[in-house]
Amino acid sequence: MVTSRAYLENGRLGQGLADVRTEVGRLMAGFIANGAAPVEPAALLSADVLIDLYGEDLRARAFTTHDPVKGELMLRPDFTVPVVQIHMANGVSAARYAYAGSVWRRQEVGSNRPTEYLQAGFEVFGGTDPAADDAEVFAVLATALGDLPVMPVTGDLGLIFAAIDALDTNERRKGALRRHVWRPHRFKRLLERYSTKATVSADREGLLQAVKDGSVQALIKASGPALGVRSVDEIAARAEILLHEKEAASLSEADVALVSGVLELKSTMGQAAQELRKVAPMLNAAADQLEARAQALSDAGVDVSALPFEASYGRTTLEYYDGFVFGFHAPDRPDLPQIAQGGRYDALTRVLGDGEAVPAVGGIIRPEAVLALKGGAA
Amino acid sequence: MSVLKLGLPSKGRLQELTIDWFAQRGIKIERTGSGREYAGRVVGFDDIELVLLSAGEIPKELAVGRIHLGVTGQDLVHEKIPGWQDKITELTEMGFGHADLILAVPSSWLDVESIDDFDAVAAAFRAKHGFRLRIATKYHNLVREFLRGHGVADYQLVDSQGATEGTVKNLTAEAVADITSSGDTLVANHLKILPDGLILKSQATLFKSNVADWSEVVGILDKLFVNLQDENPKGF
Repeated sequence: MVTSRAYLENGRLGQGLADVRTEVGRLMAGFIANGAAPVEPAALLSADVLIDLYGEDLRARAFTTHDPVKGELMLRPDFTVPVVQIHMANGVSAARYAYAGSVWRRQEVGSNRPTEYLQAGFEVFGGTDPAADDAEVFAVLATALGDLPVMPVTGDLGLIFAAIDALDTNERRKGALRRHVWRPHRFKRLLERYSTKATVSADREGLLQAVKDGSVQALIKASGPALGVRSVDEIAARAEILLHEKEAASLSEADVALVSGVLELKSTMGQAAQELRKVAPMLNAAADQLEARAQALSDAGVDVSALPFEASYGRTTLEYYDGFVFGFHAPDRPDLPQIAQGGRYDALTRVLGDGEAVPAVGGIIRPEAVLALKGGAA
Repeated sequence: MSVLKLGLPSKGRLQELTIDWFAQRGIKIERTGSGREYAGRVVGFDDIELVLLSAGEIPKELAVGRIHLGVTGQDLVHEKIPGWQDKITELTEMGFGHADLILAVPSSWLDVESIDDFDAVAAAFRAKHGFRLRIATKYHNLVREFLRGHGVADYQLVDSQGATEGTVKNLTAEAVADITSSGDTLVANHLKILPDGLILKSQATLFKSNVADWSEVVGILDKLFVNLQDENPKGF
């Protein structure tokens, strides 16, 4: 129907539209009352930055179009990236922003998820007390949701990064694991590979022997003409890495258990730090952060003893969250997506700010989903 | 009279082999008109209309139901029609037009013999050159889906509608994902197939549209089936 919009039958005309506007206005007013400045990023964004950030997978999830002068453009798939860009250009260290508008996502064939829906968001940049900022963003969104029948869940991607840091292995392996935190399948494969002695093909044996003999460049040149941008030196350098890799000690059982223990940790926000200290006593700093966040949440009036915590939560979203993550879902409405979600993304600001990082945490509410939920059962 | 529309490749080797395939099963397809005209008929089936199309257009025509049956490559159906299973049914593989969609890298990449290696090289390449390793292909959906399934990151697809094997030499890509039947062209261009880089095995296939209006032509299909089954009991 032409008058329907995400999750709402009649949201584009008359009372239905008025309800949507009122809800968006209410959310924006709440964020602004918490010190946020309104911001309105462009709907049509340069695809380069987004693809560079998210990779080729984004093309399957966002709509792209082409301008003869500006090149490939993308319909805003989320607000975080353009808001970070605006903040970086703004030239201030600390700021809070509120925004509302449409985002567009390609959906898989057969999916009934909307390709266009509204988001209203609140972002806090440059705060000096991460635990307090995490708690505030969570509390502001929770307050905005009021007494809607939603269930919160929290997580912390910082734990898995801390576990990787604590592994007794070389920096290269740690880097590879960090790179695949958001791709659980490949992460698991890497972990398996690092914890077993791999058998090596005859060809690979020959290559490694050539590295030892100092004849690897000759071997590469003999295999065919040097083709393309990747040079013989780069191939030789990786062959050397492969030799180091073969000779590197396997990850210990204890290290593998540490990673899986952290990933499987499920508790409450109130108990999470204590649980983490049990499965991973060496991750003291991460546990301290968890504790500080739980305290800050409690100070903000959140009942942390009833707030679920799952260490793996947020691992399969678009890759930018790297610390505290949270979401609110509607258990009685499995047809609706998460009503609200958010998290910390300090690393993203470093990438977009050319190495200059700003602490950043924020979240979004889906106003149409809120209205659908207020409307009762599907 | 209602007619069943059968889409066949409009020219070339694929058309010849398709006509042979039907002939072996007692169904004679004749080209009509002058040699350059895209027209033909199925002898003895006045209620079948031949629609001659490029093999690349047949998937779309099946998906929207403008033709009832069509012969084309599985690679084209899978690439061009996301969620094709809902709209199109594979009736039978025809045993020719074999082509594999594969991922290939330069033969000189002695350090790459698996997707695992490829992923590691992609990371190192991006760190060194400041851009993502480029894979030239015209099969964007299939390649992206394959690489996502394998958790490969730090690559980008660049479009190549022809002479894909030459892109590495021309410095417009680092790897290629393309259709190959024998692999000879790859070897001639100093490329090697990754052993676990087989994205899709494809061959010419007779497809049925689930979307087309079958209400008055289903009998024609049955009649056609009898012929095809006589010769090819395992095919259906």
